[in-house]
Amino acid sequence: MEAGMVTPAPALVRFSGIQKTYDGEHLVVKNLDLEIRKGEFVTLLGPSGSGKTTTLMMLAGFEVPTHGEIYLAERPIKNVPPHKRDIGMVFQNYALFPHLTIAENIAFPLSVRNTTKAEAQERVSAALRMIKMETLAHRRPGQLSGGQQQRVALARALVFNPQLVLMDEPLGALDKRLREQMQLEIKQLHETMGITVVYVTHDQSEALTMSDRIAVFNDGIVQQIDRPDALYEHPVNSFVAHFIGENNVLAGTVETIEKDYCRVTLAGGGAVTARAVNVSGAGASTSLSVRPERIAIIPDGTSSEGPNRLPAKVQNTIYLGDHALAVLDVVGNGEFMVKLQPGAHDEKRHGNLKPGESVFITFRPEDCLALDPV
Amino acid sequence: MTDALLTGANASTEVPLKRRLRRAERTRQVKALALVLPLLVFLLFTFAGPIAGMLWRAVDDREVRQVLPQTIAALATWDGKDLPDEKAFAAVASDILAARASGTIAVAAKRLNYALNGFRTILTSTSRNLKAAPEPGTARETLEKINPAWRERATWTTIKDASGPVTGFYLLAALDLTRNVDGAIVAAAPDQAIYRNVFTRTFIISLGVTALCLILGFPVAYLLAALPPGRSNLLMIFVLLPFWTSLLVRTCAWIVLLQSKGVVNDSLHWLGIIDEPLRLIYNRFGVCVAMTHVLLPFMILPLYSSMKAISPAYMRAAASLGAPPTTAFLRIYLPQTLPGIGAGSLLVFILALGYYITPALVGGAADQMISYFIALYTTETANWGLASALGAVLLLATLLLALVYGKLVQGQQVTGGMKN
Repeated sequence: MEAGMVTPAPALVRFSGIQKTYDGEHLVVKNLDLEIRKGEFVTLLGPSGSGKTTTLMMLAGFEVPTHGEIYLAERPIKNVPPHKRDIGMVFQNYALFPHLTIAENIAFPLSVRNTTKAEAQERVSAALRMIKMETLAHRRPGQLSGGQQQRVALARALVFNPQLVLMDEPLGALDKRLREQMQLEIKQLHETMGITVVYVTHDQSEALTMSDRIAVFNDGIVQQIDRPDALYEHPVNSFVAHFIGENNVLAGTVETIEKDYCRVTLAGGGAVTARAVNVSGAGASTSLSVRPERIAIIPDGTSSEGPNRLPAKVQNTIYLGDHALAVLDVVGNGEFMVKLQPGAHDEKRHGNLKPGESVFITFRPEDCLALDPV
Repeated sequence: MTDALLTGANASTEVPLKRRLRRAERTRQVKALALVLPLLVFLLFTFAGPIAGMLWRAVDDREVRQVLPQTIAALATWDGKDLPDEKAFAAVASDILAARASGTIAVAAKRLNYALNGFRTILTSTSRNLKAAPEPGTARETLEKINPAWRERATWTTIKDASGPVTGFYLLAALDLTRNVDGAIVAAAPDQAIYRNVFTRTFIISLGVTALCLILGFPVAYLLAALPPGRSNLLMIFVLLPFWTSLLVRTCAWIVLLQSKGVVNDSLHWLGIIDEPLRLIYNRFGVCVAMTHVLLPFMILPLYSSMKAISPAYMRAAASLGAPPTTAFLRIYLPQTLPGIGAGSLLVFILALGYYITPALVGGAADQMISYFIALYTTETANWGLASALGAVLLLATLLLALVYGKLVQGQQVTGGMKN
């Protein structure tokens, strides 16, 4: 596993020029090229209708690509029926067979493979131990809670040691606390068993928590595929910057480009220096992205020289327990969020930010990304 | 807050919680009862009442008692081993004279004739030839002179058996059983033992029709459940269309189609497949075809509703776990349709058991089901006792089946059901 991180393992799954349309007019997936390495936890993240679930269904064999080929361990699988693909799958609503007990559900993939009874029994009890549900083996799915059903679905998808495990928004039906707990459990299972997981979700925090790499889908195209921290720190376009984490957007026009940095005149007045990530050249319009936690508020009158210093008007402050947010009006953007660092929003400092007050904000050029216009 | 609740509870300890709950619920219950009352009364009059009446008629036996009261009284102490004494003969003579005067002799004659063929003649000839009450001590001689049957022990046991007020005679007859002269239950004479045969035939035809409905209805229900809503609604209309036409019309349509000069035979003949017309109607085949057609929707609808509830995710899950389509169907899909199969089969089977018009119109003499005989005894021969007994046996058999089904379904419910 760890070694695989250093020298990339060979691709277990390879999507090659995949296109998919349902109606013959509109492409749901446009030219997908994607490689998933053995032992990786890859998340397909995107809003609904972005093509992520369709991609997963094509991999599972329930949808046929309109164009292109999918390789599993270098073997083309476009014409292999789902039951011969050796891919375990966890469904959104678990899809546990209601007429079978928990043990029978978990034994199902073994019994259709003609595993001997003794071995099947052994593996089922091992799987039950893994999910800590030995005592519930003879219950029916209907008698279990959502979290328990989810664990059983997981055990059932893993018990036959598939080459690949697919998960289609498996935690969507659980409440927040249980969802977070299950995220950790799934991640732990992935690490201890060394399985390859393709996970679909629309929840970016879930994706950030669990994944080795995240493929951000939008409009049938993979916008960016990268490690969670890279996605957050170095988004390649406005969509990714906006979809992953909180983000402030300022529209402007590129004046000059010098190496990696550019000077941008803001539409609402003022100018800032930003890292040129996705701008075509001088004169092009751009949208700047700044994370709320990378911005400092300077009370009015305090002098601070820097390339990026903009006037702002306090609209509101929002208390969120471990931190607080200040909502500012910055050169026409009335929803500009600034995260007040722990300790910075104590009585003394916090009390200073009154709605309507004029302040200045400042941020480092490397924290401001010049991306494609929205 | 908690303290307030506790003191509140303490304050009203004199009224137990259960009683307070009952009181609170009472108005609601009365309202609910008032809403169902009209239906309850309706059901009582049209359903429970007639069934109770039928069950009563199956054992009711007061006709002979009303016509020959003195005879019944005189036979009360008779041991049935030998001929009764002179007193009984005198009582018969007196009863017959009284019955002749009131014109009720035929009532008793009809009932006694069911039990002993020719009893009608015994009574009518006695009634015709008995001029006046015989002299005391000569009753036996007089009667035996009029009709020697009075010398038979069977004549007297028949009267005693029919003395009522309740009898097992009709129920025994419905099961091809009877009592012999000594009162023991024995099989009825072969020429009268037809009902067991008819019951068997009724159950076999019903089972066959149920099986046919299941075989034909399952794929249709599957299609209905699998198609997108627009097309499945259209198909559903076709399934329900037969309900809009009369049962009689549909049955007669089959006569038009299947008769020897009918559409099917003519087409086959024209195609050169057959030379002689096939016999498709007025036999078991015709009965099964017509009944299956009429009862098919009752199978499709429960099947459809059970299939509609099966998420397509189950089949996908089965496939992803490595089950080929056939295995997935047999082990995942089929077991989940069992409640639908059970409900549909029970519905069709019970409806088929009581079928009357269709077999009467398209069946031959050997295809008449039990309802035909019930109708025959009710409307033609007015033997309500036997008709009721046949009905009671049919009802009992059906209830038994429903009970078995209920047990099976209950077992299912404990095990089945998915939360999501």
